[in-house]
Amino acid sequence: MNVATTVQTSPGLEAFVGRSAGQGTALSAMGIPTRRVEAWRYTPLRAFADTVWAEAPALSDAQAQTVLAGLPLPEAGSCVVFANGRRVEALSSLSDSIVSTAAEAEDPLEDRFSAVLNAALVQDGLSVRIPAGTDAGMLALVSLTVGENISTHLRHRIVLEEGASLTLFDVNAGEGRYVTNPRLDIVVGKGARLTHVKLQQDSLTAGHLAIVAASVDGNGNYDSFTLNNGSELARHEVVAKLTAAHAQVHVNGIQIVDGSRLNDLTSMIYHAAPDCGSRQTVKTVLSESGQGVFQGKILVDRIAQKTDGYQMNQALLLSEKAQINSKPELEIYADDVKCSHGATVGALDDEQLFYLRSRGIPEAEARDILVRAFLLDALDLVTDETLRDLLQGSIRA
Amino acid sequence: MSDFLKIQGLEARIDADGTPKEILKGIDLEIPKGEIHAIMGPNGSGKSTLSYVLSGREDYEVTSGSATFKGEDLLALEPEERAALGMFLAFQSPVELPGVNNANFLRTAVNAVRRARGEDELDAVAFLKAVRAETKRLSMSDEMLKRAVNVGFSGGEKKRNEVLQMRLLQPSFAILDETDSGLDIDALRIVADGVNSLRGPDFSALVITHHQRLLDYIVPDRVHVMAKGKIIYSGGPEVAKTLEKQGYTQFLEAAA
Repeated sequence: MNVATTVQTSPGLEAFVGRSAGQGTALSAMGIPTRRVEAWRYTPLRAFADTVWAEAPALSDAQAQTVLAGLPLPEAGSCVVFANGRRVEALSSLSDSIVSTAAEAEDPLEDRFSAVLNAALVQDGLSVRIPAGTDAGMLALVSLTVGENISTHLRHRIVLEEGASLTLFDVNAGEGRYVTNPRLDIVVGKGARLTHVKLQQDSLTAGHLAIVAASVDGNGNYDSFTLNNGSELARHEVVAKLTAAHAQVHVNGIQIVDGSRLNDLTSMIYHAAPDCGSRQTVKTVLSESGQGVFQGKILVDRIAQKTDGYQMNQALLLSEKAQINSKPELEIYADDVKCSHGATVGALDDEQLFYLRSRGIPEAEARDILVRAFLLDALDLVTDETLRDLLQGSIRA
Repeated sequence: MSDFLKIQGLEARIDADGTPKEILKGIDLEIPKGEIHAIMGPNGSGKSTLSYVLSGREDYEVTSGSATFKGEDLLALEPEERAALGMFLAFQSPVELPGVNNANFLRTAVNAVRRARGEDELDAVAFLKAVRAETKRLSMSDEMLKRAVNVGFSGGEKKRNEVLQMRLLQPSFAILDETDSGLDIDALRIVADGVNSLRGPDFSALVITHHQRLLDYIVPDRVHVMAKGKIIYSGGPEVAKTLEKQGYTQFLEAAA
């Protein structure tokens, strides 16, 4: 199913990986993609390719604690904190229903830069399984990065056995100019359910290159929502595979882009079995010179009859300089499927704005009301009420 | 007589596909404190434009003349500043706001205006009490508060929602732009009661309508006839009755 990888090596590559990736690794073969690589055409890594990203030095528990205190965190039964790529034991605890496991290799995703970079430089990560039939409650997974010209490369793996369930609150934040490159492997067993709510609130000068590889077994559900809210450049990439009948995947999200920042949500949903469903609602709000990218591919295998795929992405442009690049892609080999997709781009409605202002509501507040109204039906897809309120409060509209 | 609302030589135009179209061609109008005036006129005479220019909609360009409200240069104020100063426009076609909860919208508006007027904001409980009293008076169901603003509302419900906003914002000057259109007789009576209940020495209104019917319920102090961007005749409430019987022809001929 893969297309041959186009190799376009940038001059910053050797410096970027000099510290640990050896010659002959997948990374040195691939290089840092330029805009000529289709997958990165709208998300240029140029600004990050010219820096030597040093291995992040350890952060003291006290420093980590200070950053942590500024984050919106719910009461969670389990919490694991990573600071500058290292697990902070003093701030972490797992409930009995979450079992630590050894890290295991999954699909290397060798055609995906974020995965290849992670494989070359991986440091640490969380590997756990939720035993069959267990509801493990909520796990907060927090990744903090603090420093200048450093990078972190965590690799996590969460396995839900048959009928297990977990709500994962995945928080990314930090201070300074850094690159954070987490990989999360998810295995959802038969009838299991993982609710994955991610808050990407990295430093506004950071680069965030995340990749999630999920596989979902029959009647399982991977229900994800990402708020892309920070970073100078952020890509949240999801590669999800539906492997047996009646599996469900939701890749929903909101992106808030201002300044000259860029936020990107890229997904590939592979329907490899019949009777599965996938849902995607992604909304992007762009102001100033902000740039948004949505790339959503749905691949339906020949055997995946009765696939029900839905994809909607909508952008609200609040400035003439803002830009959205939206690329829906449907590749369907089965003949009895229901797949729909839609994309809209619009501005605030002058009549609605005037109506609010004529009721005494100042312009800035009126705009805020309309932006939040635009985001509402996406945000409503976050089923956990606590996390929904928490995300809503984090949106810098 | 104090200068409550004073419009002099007001001319305004709109950009119609690149060419400016003159709509108001010299409006002179004074509405004293405590009075209700009506404007009647055929379609396209500029009635709604006048309401939009007074409330601050940006699509219209004022090319000449002035409008003052409570001594302030109305045309220099933002729409929200006009609202804070006591102006309210009941829209001919109330705007739908999908995703904006009606109760939250009403509370935000009330508190924005209270803030601007130097009054304390209402907390959720105090607001709910105030709004419940008003919905009861207007025979509105509480369910309308839970819905998105005007979304899925019938024509009558939208107009009631306008009157509800007016009652809550306590304006000193209200413009009702064809608030009677699309209303059955019961709804018309409820809307008229809403306006009449505000009537007093500190409340003025400009009622824009096609039909004399509304003016049976909201009896105006003065009636102005508008045509082709100008006020061509002004008189007492009897003018509405004359218009209903004889149409606009005699006024148009007299003005020609």
